[in-house]
Amino acid sequence: MNTPKNSLVRTVSFWACASIFLFATFVALPAKAQFKVDVSGVGLTQLPIAITPFKGEDAATQKISAIVMADLARSGRFRAVEPGAAVLDENSRPDMSPLRQKGADAMAAGSVTRLADGRIDVRFRLWDVVKAVDIGAESHVVTQANIRLAAHRVSDFIYEKLTGEKGIFSTRIAYITKAGPRHTLWVADSDGENAKSALVSQEPIISPSWSPNGTQLTYVSFESRKPEVWTHEVLTGKRRLLANFRGSNSAPSWSPDGRSLVVTLTRDGNAQLYSLNASGGEPKRLSKSDGIETEGSFSPDGRNIYFVSDRGGAPQIYRMPAVGGNAERVTFAGSYNISPTLSPDGRWLAYISRIGSAFKLHVMELSTGTATALTDTSADEHPSFAANSKLLVYATKLQGKEALMTTTLDGRIKAKLAGVDGDIREPAWGPFDK
Amino acid sequence: MKKSFLLIILVASLAGCATGVKLDAPVEDKSGSSTTSSSSSSALDGQAAKGGVTSVDLGSTSGTDGGPANVGKIVYFDYDSFLVKPEYTGVIDAHVKFLASRKMQKITVEGHTDAAGGREYNLALGQKRAEAVRRALALSGLADVQIEAVSFGKEKPAVLGSDDSSMAKNRRAEISYR
Repeated sequence: MNTPKNSLVRTVSFWACASIFLFATFVALPAKAQFKVDVSGVGLTQLPIAITPFKGEDAATQKISAIVMADLARSGRFRAVEPGAAVLDENSRPDMSPLRQKGADAMAAGSVTRLADGRIDVRFRLWDVVKAVDIGAESHVVTQANIRLAAHRVSDFIYEKLTGEKGIFSTRIAYITKAGPRHTLWVADSDGENAKSALVSQEPIISPSWSPNGTQLTYVSFESRKPEVWTHEVLTGKRRLLANFRGSNSAPSWSPDGRSLVVTLTRDGNAQLYSLNASGGEPKRLSKSDGIETEGSFSPDGRNIYFVSDRGGAPQIYRMPAVGGNAERVTFAGSYNISPTLSPDGRWLAYISRIGSAFKLHVMELSTGTATALTDTSADEHPSFAANSKLLVYATKLQGKEALMTTTLDGRIKAKLAGVDGDIREPAWGPFDK
Repeated sequence: MKKSFLLIILVASLAGCATGVKLDAPVEDKSGSSTTSSSSSSALDGQAAKGGVTSVDLGSTSGTDGGPANVGKIVYFDYDSFLVKPEYTGVIDAHVKFLASRKMQKITVEGHTDAAGGREYNLALGQKRAEAVRRALALSGLADVQIEAVSFGKEKPAVLGSDDSSMAKNRRAEISYR
């Protein structure tokens, strides 16, 4: 592999030649209209990679190579290099010199084969183009229905081999759509595609939150004409009413050990935070104020809860011990800071801050307190971190329409996620497979 | 985790990670897949099975409305305000009077907000409005057990639109006799 320094120089010089063109678009192959990813922005150190079309993928329902390249581009760590016309697969001995001339540091080639039993064998190999050596190979045999999962696993392998960090492409994102009175909770691939409906309701559904092991979605449903907290086994559809106390029940968020949740209840008046055992039972009040305390969210070590309180006259983000106790204020800039969520590595706090009349996604580095606005949009909501702490998904409005976006933590690379028609909102990025 | 690890080992042994050893040729014979492929497939399909989704459809909800005749059921609030304005005193009293002779009748006060801001924070703001109306009803003599204050936040706007007059119509609490 190239040293990081070399690839940095190469990337920067490439972009200098391209006159710092600030908008790059990935468009799907026309054959698969449902597959479309727009990526905008330029990263500082994007590794140039060529993904050749997988041999046999034309006959498959999904273009593996296009899914993989879009995954890698969305991560902000890679940019596509045109692979050239040579037909290659994992058994080829590719000539690296034309790719070297195009500036590629890495390349991958593979094949898609239908087995006798109808399953699909997705195979690929990854090469270091500069050193002309094989970096590794994998085979995934899947049913037809899981061919996109195989593609995302290819992306994870490449990402991990070339960045040294775990990929999140095979994780899932839950989100909610509203079409007329119909509210649907979906579970989709990390690119927003392949959405499967988990719950359909004529009343609103909000605030989905994954259990730490990724088997349950906990959310607020208004199906009984009031907000209640439900938990839902995604695989079986089995649902359980977790919090239905007098008043409103909302804002569920799991503790990292999966034993308890923090929820917002109004049984004693205004919205306050309570700890609730995962198996139900009597909630324990964590906060005591006359005002609003809501949107509790655990730190990944389970020790603290970040939350929103208007105790100072306007909503700000505070932190308190997970067992309750004295809170310290975390956000100071602006008069409206809400929806705190911690990165799984504990380094970053994402939240929404009102700037003028715009609601903007911000990220604060907790060690320094330095906060950065990440977007040009003005109706950002509900940020959620990817399991590797490298990307965020959030809801916003683009040209007046609700949309889901992903962004790198420096705000440089953004992608609009695919989704079903209608208003789309409340994304929640699921954990790694356990 | 175990499954992924197993898969990695299988794949590593199959592919000879980074050693340049070729993958087996793709299996297409009629006798089925090779042992290695089927092992790695069961690992991945196992995860995929866990990744399955079963859908639940809740159907539609319905309800009837009641309450005193010719009395309003909506209390509007000013921007960023949770104060029940004096003009609603008559409305509050009429509901209390109606419910005083119907001790079994329960009502819900549903708080709502305009569309600006986050869903959960708006839910808390809507609750503050519902709570203000609940307190006004209680102060006028309505029994506590007959009232529940809940919030819909910005989820159920009365009117769509982001102009000032639409936003004003959405900042409200509704008295529901469901």
